[in-house]
Amino acid sequence: MARSVKKGPFVDYKLMRKVTVLNEGNKKSVVKTWSRRSMILPDFVGHTFAVHNGNKFIPVYVTENMVGHKLGEFAPTRTFKGHSK
Amino acid sequence: MARIAGIDLPKNKRGVIGLTYIYGVGPSTAARILDHSGISRDKKVNDWDDDDLSKIRGFITNNLKTEGELRSETQLNIKRLMDIGCYRGLRHRKGLPVRGQRTSTNARTRKGKRKTVAGKKKATK
Repeated sequence: MARSVKKGPFVDYKLMRKVTVLNEGNKKSVVKTWSRRSMILPDFVGHTFAVHNGNKFIPVYVTENMVGHKLGEFAPTRTFKGHSK
Repeated sequence: MARIAGIDLPKNKRGVIGLTYIYGVGPSTAARILDHSGISRDKKVNDWDDDDLSKIRGFITNNLKTEGELRSETQLNIKRLMDIGCYRGLRHRKGLPVRGQRTSTNARTRKGKRKTVAGKKKATK
């Protein structure tokens, strides 16, 4: 079920804080985060996030098309290399 | 013969049913189209006069996306998912179910016909 509009998009507070600091200083640096559940906001566009996939951090460069998706959607947690022959 | 949105509608069916032959029009949309145009839902497609037809065509072109336009929109949406490299896009690329269904068994609609692997053992009880 979709999230109520009243509540607005969910973003982890600590992630939001990091991004606002970057935006205010007009800086670009990789933001390391475990917060896969956070929605990508328009403010995030142009930043690179290192999203944890349970094992290591996957770099995700956020483009305009990605707004509205969650960060975790871009860092797959499973590896499947095909069946053994 | 009634031709709407580039599709020939079946002659001998009731209006609500006939309209569902258009891609993008299901039972409830068909009912909505007819109610808006002030045509009885039970009127056969054959019995529509030119006035009815133009009302229906007008409503569809003004309010609905149908056929090629709708198909290309869906394709674009899928393409967007694939291009941004999100999980749903990856599933589309691989031709596997997108919404978290199991793939150990079933999922045949997405995966297509069974490809038998030689020498694969059956699960023991």
